[in-house]
Amino acid sequence: MSTPRKDDVSGVDTTGHEWDGIEELNNPLPRWWLWTFLACIVWSIGYWVVMPAWPLVADHTRGMLGYSQRAVVADSLAKAKASQSGYAKRLAALPAGENPADPDLQSFALGGGRSAYAVNCSQCHGSGAAGAKGYPNLNDDDWLWGGKLADIEQTLRVGIRSTHPDTRLNDMPAFGRDGLLTLPQIADVADYVLSLSHSGAVSPQAARGQTLFAENCTACHGETGRGNRELGAPNLADGLWLYGGDRASVIASISESRRGVMPTWEGRLDDVTIRQLAIYVHSLGGGE
Amino acid sequence: MTVPPNQPAVSLPASALGSISRLFMMALLGGAVFLGLLIAANALDEPMRIHGYLFAAVGVAGLFLMIKAHYDAVERDALLALTGKSPRDGYNDGVVRAGVIATMFWGIAGFLVGLVIALQLAFPVLNFDLPWTNFGRLRPLHTSAVIFAFGGNALIATSFYVVQRTCRVRLAGDVAPWFVFWGYQFFIVLAATGYLLGITQSKEYAEPEWYVDLWLTVVWVVYLLVFLETIRRRSEPHIYVANWFYLSFIVTVAMLHIVNNLSMPVSFFGSKSYSLFSGVQDALTQWWYGHNAVGFFLTAGFLGMMYYFVPKRAERPVYSYRLSILHFWSLIFMYIWAGPHHLHYTALPDWAQTLGMTFSIMLWMPSWGGMINGLMTLSGAWDKLRTDPVIRFLVTAVAFYGMSTFEGPLMSIKSVNALSHYTDWTIGHVHSGALGWVAYITFGAVYHLVPLLWNRSGLYSMKLVSWHFWIASLGIVLYITAMWVSGIMQGLMWRAFDQLGFLQYSFAETVAAMHPFYVIRAMGGALFLGGALLMVYNLWRTVRDPATALAPSESGAAAPAMA
Repeated sequence: MSTPRKDDVSGVDTTGHEWDGIEELNNPLPRWWLWTFLACIVWSIGYWVVMPAWPLVADHTRGMLGYSQRAVVADSLAKAKASQSGYAKRLAALPAGENPADPDLQSFALGGGRSAYAVNCSQCHGSGAAGAKGYPNLNDDDWLWGGKLADIEQTLRVGIRSTHPDTRLNDMPAFGRDGLLTLPQIADVADYVLSLSHSGAVSPQAARGQTLFAENCTACHGETGRGNRELGAPNLADGLWLYGGDRASVIASISESRRGVMPTWEGRLDDVTIRQLAIYVHSLGGGE
Repeated sequence: MTVPPNQPAVSLPASALGSISRLFMMALLGGAVFLGLLIAANALDEPMRIHGYLFAAVGVAGLFLMIKAHYDAVERDALLALTGKSPRDGYNDGVVRAGVIATMFWGIAGFLVGLVIALQLAFPVLNFDLPWTNFGRLRPLHTSAVIFAFGGNALIATSFYVVQRTCRVRLAGDVAPWFVFWGYQFFIVLAATGYLLGITQSKEYAEPEWYVDLWLTVVWVVYLLVFLETIRRRSEPHIYVANWFYLSFIVTVAMLHIVNNLSMPVSFFGSKSYSLFSGVQDALTQWWYGHNAVGFFLTAGFLGMMYYFVPKRAERPVYSYRLSILHFWSLIFMYIWAGPHHLHYTALPDWAQTLGMTFSIMLWMPSWGGMINGLMTLSGAWDKLRTDPVIRFLVTAVAFYGMSTFEGPLMSIKSVNALSHYTDWTIGHVHSGALGWVAYITFGAVYHLVPLLWNRSGLYSMKLVSWHFWIASLGIVLYITAMWVSGIMQGLMWRAFDQLGFLQYSFAETVAAMHPFYVIRAMGGALFLGGALLMVYNLWRTVRDPATALAPSESGAAAPAMA
């Protein structure tokens, strides 16, 4: 049983062991296998010599190259910053609200803005900035807080209903939930609001709503419902709806009030990036 | 052909030992019923309550099984007194048959969930907006089902088969192997229902919470004892290489499982626990576990399978005994260090990253030792690839093993990892190993085993095996090529800068770009599942069809184990 025999096919001896009919040949290690294995070990030892590798009691071997991942990151960030610093300085020096005159500086601002937008803004406003229900479309010219470059920059800086002390804040009452108007009254106001963007005859309900509108809404939305950017009060007559323009959505908006939120980016992004974002958003089509 | 000798001498008659272990099990099961009801009554969260009831129900079912086993034993002893023959003579193949059925059952379940989540990634609407069916809960269901349920059952079943044949002795214990089998199935059910109910400790491949971990520990220790005791009782002078690999898998997985799951439950009656480790220590422990789950569960264990079924099916000697020794020891020594390569460019210190990467590279040849020994064993029998689709599965598995174990060290190199990490490339790499190696070696072994275990003359249809092979291979190729392209594209898009140094793409743009590859991947998965369904049909017919029944005179020759 433990006598080796010669395998007829390969001409190699077996080890003489046998388990359930399985035998083993006594072939040597393949040379290329052994040499590649040894080469990998030698290469690894070399790597340990030049790179940080083995833990010691309170420290670790540093390696001849003095490599440190953190240093490499800090270095490449510093290099990237340095390569942009000329443009960045000029952009920061620009008075707020002024588009760069130099086309190179403009494309620097747009490139940085596009990239910062993709990382920070696209989650809510969409990759193409077309927005979604509750998240404004940044391509059109319907602005809650103003579409001038300086306005956009200010909105980015302080946010809406954010933690910033100067945050933008529009505070429409929840007319239904807080019992300021009854449901039929709210329905009438909704009919009137909807009639602002529709031509044609005013229905009796809408006529009743007009009176209520005058009493409750004009302070912010204005006599004609065209809104007030100082207060962040939307234009109700342009047929563009952030929370839906069907009757049920408008009733819900009046009843519950919407209170959209945008974070403050001051402190999270540097001044140059905020300016780049403002210039980028301004360039999307609705900038004033 | 070899025949196992009689049972080794023990001081008590085997039947008395059997009754003692049955009584012991019944006491344990009674305790389990009590404990389950106690937990259910006091549970702090709904999933825990459900698991408490499940525990009690399984205890009751186990008690019935034990009572049945008692009467079976009485009958068996009566038979023994009459004929002098006992069903205890010969090998214990009942638990192997059960394991093969469980392997195929969980395999189909795991592949199916994999297909579902692949489709969810391509078409998010398939999440159905329900907590139980969202990707986050189904993904661990898929990974655990294929690795632990499909792979684990395949390993337990084949290890029980192989250790008996290569040690020429009956499996140790009467109750214990069945406890391992049913205990393991219960672990799978606890884990799977836990995922769907939202329980997770957020450790990849170790998601089940503390009480499920404790249960698995008990089952696993019994598995280890059964395996060790069987080897101790062997009637062969040497321990065959397959058993080294199986044993290293069992021992190391026990260690990995226990250390990575050290945690403090919030309450005995609640499912939530907190890990003993935190921060980067936790991450490193997790990936020490995670990588060695690949190394010892999916590599060492399945190499054990390869070392038995490849030479057996090829009817050739193993190529090199010396290579098997050297690659075994180097593999298990090197693998345990490689985990940090999962944490390149993180808070993990540079030195640990260096060690993770260099040990991964040194691991390349030790891994390939298994491939060489597998493929070279075919020398003199390559012609069988033409005629035997079962060996085609086994050989292709070894080839995929070789490819994955080259790709792994490659991806562990930091500069390659900088591109590949967190991308679909990793998913492709895992699946070339999981589908190509783990599943194929299992398919080959199961195709080989089923006619032997069920005493049939052969498989119902070799043509269907061949169809399975080609359909599944096409599926794998679609899967991994789609993931290579999508992963490398994803990595390149993430790191793309324009000439002014600004990032070029948003995350959502990279996701949109991957959509077509997600669809191709799902097609690959569907083909793989389709092939596995063909296999189940073929096996079913093999067991049931009169055409594969053995004539009485043949049955002795084909089933030498049954003395």
